[in-house]
Amino acid sequence: MTLRRLGIYSAVVVISAWVALPLVLITLAAFSPREILYAWPRRIWPERFTLDTMLFFVRSAGVLQSVVNSLIVAVLTIVLAFLISAPTGYALARYRFRGRDAVQLAILATKMFPATVLSIPLAVAFIRWGLYDRLIGVAIVHATLSIPFVTVIVSSVFVGISYELEEAAMTLGSSRLQAFLRVTIPMALPGLAAAAIFTFVLSWNEVFAATILTLNNRTLPALIINSVVAAGAPLHYRFAGGFFMVLPALIIILLIRRYLLTLWGVTVR
Amino acid sequence: MVVADAELPQVAPRGRVDWTPYLLVLPTLAFLGVFFVYPMAQAIWLSLTDQQSGALSLTNFRRMGGDLYFIPAIRYSILIMAIAVPLQVALGLVIALLVNSRFRGHSAFLYLTAIPIGISDLAAGLIWLSIFTERGYLNAFLDAAGLAAQPITFLTYEHTSWLIGAIVVTEVWRATAIVMLILLSGLQLIAKDYHDTASIFGAGRWQTLRHVTLPLLRPSLQTALIIRTILAFQLFATVVALAGRQIPVLAGEAYFWYSLYRSPNVASAYAALILVLSAAITFGYLRLLRQRELEMTA
Amino acid sequence: MAEITLQHLRKTYGKVVAIKDLSLDIKDGEFLVLLGPSGCGKTTTLRALAGLEMLDRGRVIIGGHDVTALPPGKRGIAMVFQSYAVFPHMRVYDNIVFGLRMRGVSPGEQRKRAEEGAELLQIASLFDRYPAQLSGGQRQRVAVARAIVMQPDVLLMDEPLSNLDALLRLHMRAELKRIHREVRSTTVYVTHDQVEALSLGDRIAVMLEGEIVQCDTPARIYNAPANRFVGSFIGSPPMNFLSGTLRTVDGRLTIERDGARIPLPPARKVTAAPADGTVLVGIRPEHIEVTAAPAPEALPGRVVVLEPIGAQQLLTVRVGDDIVKVSTPPEFQADAGQQIWLRFNPDRIRLMDAQTGAAILS
Repeated sequence: MTLRRLGIYSAVVVISAWVALPLVLITLAAFSPREILYAWPRRIWPERFTLDTMLFFVRSAGVLQSVVNSLIVAVLTIVLAFLISAPTGYALARYRFRGRDAVQLAILATKMFPATVLSIPLAVAFIRWGLYDRLIGVAIVHATLSIPFVTVIVSSVFVGISYELEEAAMTLGSSRLQAFLRVTIPMALPGLAAAAIFTFVLSWNEVFAATILTLNNRTLPALIINSVVAAGAPLHYRFAGGFFMVLPALIIILLIRRYLLTLWGVTVR
Repeated sequence: MVVADAELPQVAPRGRVDWTPYLLVLPTLAFLGVFFVYPMAQAIWLSLTDQQSGALSLTNFRRMGGDLYFIPAIRYSILIMAIAVPLQVALGLVIALLVNSRFRGHSAFLYLTAIPIGISDLAAGLIWLSIFTERGYLNAFLDAAGLAAQPITFLTYEHTSWLIGAIVVTEVWRATAIVMLILLSGLQLIAKDYHDTASIFGAGRWQTLRHVTLPLLRPSLQTALIIRTILAFQLFATVVALAGRQIPVLAGEAYFWYSLYRSPNVASAYAALILVLSAAITFGYLRLLRQRELEMTA
Repeated sequence: MAEITLQHLRKTYGKVVAIKDLSLDIKDGEFLVLLGPSGCGKTTTLRALAGLEMLDRGRVIIGGHDVTALPPGKRGIAMVFQSYAVFPHMRVYDNIVFGLRMRGVSPGEQRKRAEEGAELLQIASLFDRYPAQLSGGQRQRVAVARAIVMQPDVLLMDEPLSNLDALLRLHMRAELKRIHREVRSTTVYVTHDQVEALSLGDRIAVMLEGEIVQCDTPARIYNAPANRFVGSFIGSPPMNFLSGTLRTVDGRLTIERDGARIPLPPARKVTAAPADGTVLVGIRPEHIEVTAAPAPEALPGRVVVLEPIGAQQLLTVRVGDDIVKVSTPPEFQADAGQQIWLRFNPDRIRLMDAQTGAAILS
């Protein structure tokens, strides 16, 4: 038994290091003085930490504005995604209706063909519809991409809340709507918040559609990739940008950890 | 009884359909119709029309096929997929099995290994750039270990295989988490009874894994394979961050044709190609799956 | 006044008929039990009464008002669910007064009624707890308290005891009976447990395949089942049924089988005599006497097995091709294969039509 436990723990240590080390290194890079990053011999641990590299990144042209843009897009995406997907998630959880399987399959299919295929024709359409280079246009695409995830979480949240509770509230004098608002919604809030957070991450991280669909109103990833491809941004800008983008992910994974399995745990049959 | 007896026969509508669920589903379907089905059809349409004349033609595909980067893009996309996906599945399975063994601290381990699902392909590319770049951490470690007096240039077109290696490492680091979560949720669906039964019949751990767990896990393994394979065609920002256009890939070419050459039609041809490849792979996997199921029930 | 009238209820789910054509009158203050196997439509009937199911046809009248079109909250009912449906995000107190709040009852009155209800169910000390901190039995008490503080005209209960363990179930059964005596609401109670039905109900409506087969007092249901199904569903072990021939011998109805002749008391009459005289003889295990010596009115049989079950013993006997269960006193002794004779109490015999299974003896 001890041998087996030794095996398990050594595997755990190796894999943990494999996942964690790059995160530690990018953090070091983001807080190292600039000259260290270009020096040889290259020190791993800087003698002093500095905010200069991060400040240089944040003060670079367009970065602050693109962060604001990213936040606006993310919030718009959350609003859109919930308006569009939450009712479907509820319906899939609470109703048995003809065509239910087809709806589920259609939604699952969205998971299969994400941003790349959608973005280019949409860019052409958006120019015609006056949505090109506008944050709402990016949010619309991000909302489309988030539909399968939000639907699945919302539906699993409502499946977890017995409908009998709503019925009980109705026998006690609530209307259908009151029962939903006073009984189901308060219980669903943590799960719905997790769905919102996940949507935020999805939008915050998305590169391809954001790049294709914007020109001046860049989101952060679109700005970074553009400065890498077109402007050949310096390395310390890239490292600081990478670290800046990862930061929310770290916090957010902690917040939604209970729903990690729901998000991806749908099996195609 | 004060009730006016059945003088008004109750005309309750019979066989009535409850329209509520359809009403609830409608926004999603409408939205998917406009922003998902329409663009897919549009992609195919754009790829089949000439940019200037608007006439139906195969010009775009000819331009795509004639491009210097086209063949390498297909080759590298498939090559990276063929190396990275099996590694992701293998490593994901190991992590999922480790978590599922419920050792002390397994939930902390789960959250740590799940972190990369919150990290974008671009950020992952930049993180590993800080390691693989010439004055990066890998060289620093080699130097500290006395293995390299001069920094080694890993990310150069002179060593295509090194570039591909860096991309594969980054993809495995970033996307194993998704595979792991799919497999873990599949593992948790397998009732403990099976394992107990297997151990009662004297099966060892490896035998149980080989003959009980893995066969029962097959649906999840297949899901993971499908999703990862399809997403491999979306590979873009990681490659751009690490290799620029030295390693062309399909999604990257779509991007360059759209932004650099201002040709949405050829870009659409790439999009259509990705669409067809993704659909073919999904269909192929599902066909394979169905056939297996039939064999099993027969 | 809250008598309930159900008129010609019908409910289908697609092609499945849950309730066929159900009519029933329930008296004010009565404790009526809907009893039947799973899928017989008893829960659907209760939910239709509560307004949680839309009927295809029929009317529900409570206290003289047609409530068929009213939502559950406007029917003057309260309901205890099988899962209890106690709101997990509210404290016990908030659970209990939820309905009073929805109805706009003043906070003082809420408090007063909650305390009364809690006292009746002995849960006053739990007011500040969350449901997750309660045992199953306590949660059930909260659900009942939440229903009765509404002072409903009609109290509906859907298998409220089925999630409790055996001992607690016995205890709560007596509690529910006591509570009903105190609050006097008309009560409709759904269960598949015949012992519960017999112990609780003023009347029992036995249901099968969406229809009421028999609705009567527990004593009548037990002693005079309207058909073979009721006889075999109620009682543990259930009523024995074995075939026989009905003749009139010397002006008296007589059952013949395996050479034995059982004359029936002169007062008993057959409502519909079968043409060839073939009938099903129904007799409960406790109305059979075992003798060691043959007698003209005793059926011969062989002992299969004897099982002690506490206060008495259960004897399994093979009579021809039929198996008969007999209750015997604890001191009775018999060996497997032993030849014995069974004497049926003629006052307790039920006769059923061999084809339809319907009772044919008054």
